[in-house]
Amino acid sequence: MALALLVGSVGGVIIGAIPGVGAAVAIAILLPATFSLDPIVGLTALLGIYGSSMYGGAIPAVLVNTPGTAVNALTTYDGYPMTQRGEGRRALSLAYSASFFGGLFSVICLIILSPLLAAIAPHFGSREIFLAALLGLVLVVLAHRGQIFAAGMLACFGIFLNTIGLEPVRYTQRYTFDQTWLASGVDLIVVVLGLFALSQAFLLLVDRDDHPETAPLSGELFSGLKELFGFKRVASVSSSFGVMMGMIPGVGEFTAQFLSYTYAQKTSKKPDDFGKGSSEGLIASEAANNAVPGAAMIPLLALGIPGEALTAMMLSVFYVHNVIPGPQLFQNQMDFVVAIYIALLILNVLVLCFLLFSTNTILKIIRIPTRFLGAIILTLGFVGVYSLRNSATDCAIAAGFGVFGLILKRLNLPIVPIILGMVLGGIMEVKLRTAMARVKTPLDFIDRPIAAILFGLILLVIALHIRTLMIELRKRNRDEPGDDTGSTHV
Amino acid sequence: MTYIKTLQQLFHRYRRPGDLVFALLFLFVSIFLLSQLGEQVEWPGGGKLVAQPGFWPAISLVGMTFFAALHYIGSALSPRIPGRWQEVGFWLRGLEFAGWFMVYVWVVPRLGYLPTTLLFMPLLALRAGYRKPAHLLGAAAVGFGVVVIFKALLSVKIPGGAVYEHLPDGLRNFMSLYL
Repeated sequence: MALALLVGSVGGVIIGAIPGVGAAVAIAILLPATFSLDPIVGLTALLGIYGSSMYGGAIPAVLVNTPGTAVNALTTYDGYPMTQRGEGRRALSLAYSASFFGGLFSVICLIILSPLLAAIAPHFGSREIFLAALLGLVLVVLAHRGQIFAAGMLACFGIFLNTIGLEPVRYTQRYTFDQTWLASGVDLIVVVLGLFALSQAFLLLVDRDDHPETAPLSGELFSGLKELFGFKRVASVSSSFGVMMGMIPGVGEFTAQFLSYTYAQKTSKKPDDFGKGSSEGLIASEAANNAVPGAAMIPLLALGIPGEALTAMMLSVFYVHNVIPGPQLFQNQMDFVVAIYIALLILNVLVLCFLLFSTNTILKIIRIPTRFLGAIILTLGFVGVYSLRNSATDCAIAAGFGVFGLILKRLNLPIVPIILGMVLGGIMEVKLRTAMARVKTPLDFIDRPIAAILFGLILLVIALHIRTLMIELRKRNRDEPGDDTGSTHV
Repeated sequence: MTYIKTLQQLFHRYRRPGDLVFALLFLFVSIFLLSQLGEQVEWPGGGKLVAQPGFWPAISLVGMTFFAALHYIGSALSPRIPGRWQEVGFWLRGLEFAGWFMVYVWVVPRLGYLPTTLLFMPLLALRAGYRKPAHLLGAAAVGFGVVVIFKALLSVKIPGGAVYEHLPDGLRNFMSLYL
C-alpha cells in the first residue's frame, strides 16, 4: 500500500504537470490494472493520482500560463503575472501551500462528515437515492452555464448508453439492433477510456506539435507556507467552498474555484490586484480545487453515489472487489475506511515534500512534445481497454468514443455529463423500479422527510437557475435595448 | 418583435466552428433512435409503466431529442465563426489515428505485445513527424517501459502472441507471461 501511495502521489504530480494529460486520462488507463490488486492498494494508487494531479497542474499554470489540468485554469490568472514580475518561485510556493491546506482541510471534513452521512444513510431508501441521483444529474447539467442544452443532451445520451443490452428484470434486449457485441451492453470503463484517454491521444496527434518552454527555478520553496498564515481566512473559506462543491454530486472543482475566487476578490482589501498577480487570488483557486477530491469521497463512501466523473470511475474498483459503499461499509469494513483516510492524509504530506525538492526535475519532464505525448497515451490506452476482456470489440468501441470525445473537446462541449449519466442513470433506473412498487400516487413518492427535502432542492435549483436567467436577460435588455446580438448564455 | 428578440437572446451563445454540423448530426441520431423505440425494446402487457423495459430508454431518448433540438436551435441562432469544414476535416483526421489504434489491437495477439509495441511506437512517432534517431529510440524505449511496467510488473491480462508458439519452450513461457 505504501508503494501504491508513493507511485500514485509522484505519478499524479507528474501527470498533472504535463499539459494535455490530467488525472482523468491516467485513472482511466490505470483503472483496469488495479482490478487485480488488493482493493485498498488499487484505490490508494488512484486516489494518489486524483489528489496530487492538481498540485502538479499548478506548475505550468504558474510558470508558462498553461494549466496542467483543466481545473488549474484560474491559477493562471494570478500565478503567471507573478512569474512575469520575477516572483515565479514565490507563486509556486504559495500554490503548493494553498493546495496542501485545501487537501488536508477536505480530508479532515471527510473524516468528520462521512460517518455522519453514513449514519443518516440508512434512512435513504430507494426513493431518496433516486432523488439524490436526480439532483446530481440536474446539478451537473445546470453547472455548465452557457452549455446547458449540450450538457442535457449528453447526460441523456449517457443514460441511454447505460440502457443498451440485457435489461436486468425481464431479461429482454434493448437497442442491440440484433448485434451480439451489444448484448452485454456498453461498458463504462470502455467509454471512459475512449472519451478521456483515446480522445486526448487523437487530439494531441492531430494538432500541431508544441511543448512548454520553462526555465529552472532558483531558491527554496518553503516561504509559501509561512506566507499562507497571513491569508488564513481566504484559505479556510476557499477550502470550505471546495468541500461543499465536492460533496454535492455533479458540481466539482470548476464551481468551487469560481465561487472561492469571486468571494476572495469581493472581500479583499485590494480587489484590483486580482488577475494581476494577487496572492489571495492564487490561494483561493488552489485551496478550493484541492479541497474537492477528499470531499468527493464523502457521498461515494457514505451513499455509494459518486460526486463526479473520477469518483464514478473509482466506484468500479469497489464493485469489482465486492466492496459496496454505503452505511454497511462503515459498519462492517471500518478498517477499509480508516485506511482511505490515512492514505489521503499521507498523500498530501508526501506530495508537498516531493514538490518542495523536485520542482526543477518536473520542469524537465513537462517539456515532452505534445505529439509524442499523444503517441504514449495511445499506447497506454490500449493497455487499459484490452486488459479488461481482451476484446477487440471493446477497443473498437473505445476508438469510436475516442473520435466522439475529440469532437466534443474541439467544440468545447462537456464530457462529464455522459459519464455521470451512465452511472447515475443506472442507479436511478434500479431505484425507481424498486420505489414505484410501493408508491400508489405521485405524492407518495415524496411523503418522507428526506425525499421531500431532496425534491424541494431539485425544484429550488431549477427555479434559481431560471431566475438568474431572467435577471440576466432583463439586465441585457436594459443595457443594450437596440442590440439584438446579445450573447446571454443559457 | 420584442418576443422574438428575447428568444434570440435566450438561445445566443458562443459556438465554435463545426458546432452546427455536430448539433444537426446529434439531432438526427436522437430522432433515429427515438423512432426505433417500438422495435428495439419490448413493452410486455401488464405492470406499471415505470417497470416496462422500454420506459427508461424512452425517457433518455425523449430527453436527448429535446435537448438536442434546443442545442441545434441555439447553434443556428448564434453568430457563426468561419472554418466549419476545416474543423470537420480535423475531426476526420482523428479517424486515421483510430485506424492506427485498431491495427495495433489486431497485430498484438499475433505478433506479441512487446514486439508489436517496439514497432508501433517508433512508427507512430515517425508518422507524428519525429525524424531524429534519438526520438525514435526514445519512442521504442517508452514502449519497452510500458510493456515491462504493465505486463511484467502489474500483470495486466494481455495474452501472448501467436508467434510465440514458434519459440523454444522456456523462452515461450517467459515471453507469454511477462512480455
